[in-house]
Amino acid sequence: METKSVMIVGVGGQGSLLASRILGNVLLSQGFAVKVSEVHGMSQRGGSVVTYVKYGDTVCSPTVEKGEADVIISFELLEAARWAGYLKKGGKIVTSTQTLDPMPVITGAASYPEGIVEKLKGMGIDVTAVDALALAESVGSAKASNVVLMGVVSKKMDFDESVWQDALNACVPEKFIEMNRKAFALGREA
Amino acid sequence: MENTEKADRQLMLGNKAVARGLYEAGVCFISSYPGTPSTEITEEAAKYDEIYCEWAPNEKVAMESAFGASLAGRRSFCGQKHVGLNVAADPLFTMSYTGVNAGMVIGVADDAGMHSSQNEQDSRHHAIAAKVPMIEPSDSAEALEYTKLAYEISEQFDTPVLLKMCTRVAHSQSVVTPGERNVPVKTYEKNIVKYVMMPVNALKRHPIVEERTRKLVEYAETSPLNRVEMGGTEMGIITASTSYQYVKEVFGDTVSVLKLGMTNPLPEKLIRDFAAKVDKLVVVEELDPIIENHVKQLGLEVSGKDKLPMIYEFSQNLVAEALGKKAPSGIALDDVIPARPPVMCAGCPHRGMFYTLKNNKCTVLGDIGCYTLGAVAPLGAIEMTLCMGASIGAVHGFNKMLGRESEGKTVAVIGDSTFMHSGMTGLANVAYNQSNSTVIILDNSITGMTGHQQNPTTGKNLKGDPAAAVDLVALCHAIGIKRVRVADPYHLAEMEQAITEELAVDEPSVIISRRPCALLKYVKHNPPLKVDSDKCRSCKMCLKLGCPAISMKNGKACIDHTQCVGCGICGEICKFGAIVK
Repeated sequence: METKSVMIVGVGGQGSLLASRILGNVLLSQGFAVKVSEVHGMSQRGGSVVTYVKYGDTVCSPTVEKGEADVIISFELLEAARWAGYLKKGGKIVTSTQTLDPMPVITGAASYPEGIVEKLKGMGIDVTAVDALALAESVGSAKASNVVLMGVVSKKMDFDESVWQDALNACVPEKFIEMNRKAFALGREA
Repeated sequence: MENTEKADRQLMLGNKAVARGLYEAGVCFISSYPGTPSTEITEEAAKYDEIYCEWAPNEKVAMESAFGASLAGRRSFCGQKHVGLNVAADPLFTMSYTGVNAGMVIGVADDAGMHSSQNEQDSRHHAIAAKVPMIEPSDSAEALEYTKLAYEISEQFDTPVLLKMCTRVAHSQSVVTPGERNVPVKTYEKNIVKYVMMPVNALKRHPIVEERTRKLVEYAETSPLNRVEMGGTEMGIITASTSYQYVKEVFGDTVSVLKLGMTNPLPEKLIRDFAAKVDKLVVVEELDPIIENHVKQLGLEVSGKDKLPMIYEFSQNLVAEALGKKAPSGIALDDVIPARPPVMCAGCPHRGMFYTLKNNKCTVLGDIGCYTLGAVAPLGAIEMTLCMGASIGAVHGFNKMLGRESEGKTVAVIGDSTFMHSGMTGLANVAYNQSNSTVIILDNSITGMTGHQQNPTTGKNLKGDPAAAVDLVALCHAIGIKRVRVADPYHLAEMEQAITEELAVDEPSVIISRRPCALLKYVKHNPPLKVDSDKCRSCKMCLKLGCPAISMKNGKACIDHTQCVGCGICGEICKFGAIVK
């Protein structure tokens, strides 16, 4: 099988590490070779963060480059726009509609682009935009946005729902599992 | 049920795989100082009850402690980032002479691309200069396997071994199959000639070091760490570490590859034989041309840094384009996408302190930690950052030279962990040589940037158990600073008073800016604040704090409820009472 690439992008602190762990768990259970490249350290402090997930018969480089990604999962609209160039032709974007102004926008040195979803669609990209934050808050915590998005993504990939449920059970602490199951279900319905 | 073979396969972070390797190699003692991208090695190893693990105050202490454990006859490890190895270079260079008793491995993680570092030095220079072997894995499976092998090499050749990681290997997960733990133990025997490095003994040890290097070169010729993967013979690529993965991704079997798992010392015959089998030879290595220069010394024709950069990280596309292969490209949006640099978190206690320093037009000499972000707009408060502990040395020299011109407005800022690491000696110098300097210790009760490690001031050890806590006030007094006071950075008026008074006095002083990191789990947050848009006059005063939770929406200030932790300092500076609970 040709190596497939997924990128999980967002703002440091939004929970991309858990999302990549769930996805990595799903892929490993299917017997693939898997590599996941994470970001730790300074960028985690509110910076633009990207996690790469690659799988297939063999995986060499753990990172994804421009024109290589099959799917981009984005926790924030500007980040979807930032990384869109990494998508290969025919690739998909699943994004939360949440917006967080970066510091150059806050200070007035730059402006936040308008109409990102429409522009991405205009480029011929298959974009699924979901208000993951509102859905997560409806089950009790904004922090569950990441799992809502994984619910959306699960419908776009060819693995049984039970495989995703097993991965969720393996990656989420017992205390939060009920809330995250609800978040995942809302993502699948969205 | 999954079959056994499948269940044994685990997706593991490179650093966690090193920790697993330490466990399986029978390591009994680990002492480290946290530093991205090395931290998780020690954090993960600490989850094995069989291994004693600790955070030392700095890398030098960690390495000396691990040496003591090796001397005692137990396999030991110390871990650090590349710049940490500079701090520990003193014991390293002489441990090369003494050798070890039980095996000792030193983990060092380089950060090409400077994801979280102040420089991108190449640690291979340390291996060459100290004359110790260096081993470099290229994924998690190798990280586990090479870590175990490093202990065999350490004991066979009587030397500490450097295990070099890099960001992409340390922080990537790939599949490993864990094995069993086996604990070889040695006894300690007094051996003054081997272990007491005074001139008469060191003179005897240096020839042994040179002879060892000769034997290690022989080992490198046939070691399983260095392997040839023959493919197409038009081009032969010599590579190591993460660069190997990029080469394989771009070229697969269309080229031949000599993959070096041991990058010091380098083999000679193996390289000559490989060169003879291919039409042209290329070295693909990140940062400095160390393998390339070695190949040139052998008199072989080779290219490398004439095609590939000496700076930043490599990638598959970079390697492809440099070596004449087309890389894929994507199409980007036409809009200019604003950058999103890292920022101090909402509720970060450092913010109130930097805001006050900026308002007072202070010259701030900074240090290494989250608070380095005090240099970023709109605060833009920090004017110098060099290395761990440098803020205090620098403020001393600065004030000694400029005197009254700078004393009343210049401060050093340094975190609690950084102060314990290498700030204390700088402060002793301020007291001893009497510069009229003001030092602010940012005590957020944790080592923040690297992801919340305990340190000697927190009252807890690595395992989270109660430990002795350094009393910073008493310590500063004992060092010889008479004026020491504590202020809360959430209370801007209190911070303002502390800073203006301590800068005004004619003697050295310390302010401890004390408030726990807002990300600590035990810190209770207030509900998010809101903006009363009727009262907001759009003056943008609150934006000067550089809080990521506050932005302008429809011409009024707006607080993002998902980020705000209710610290309240924006409310303290709003003149119109527009920020409310």
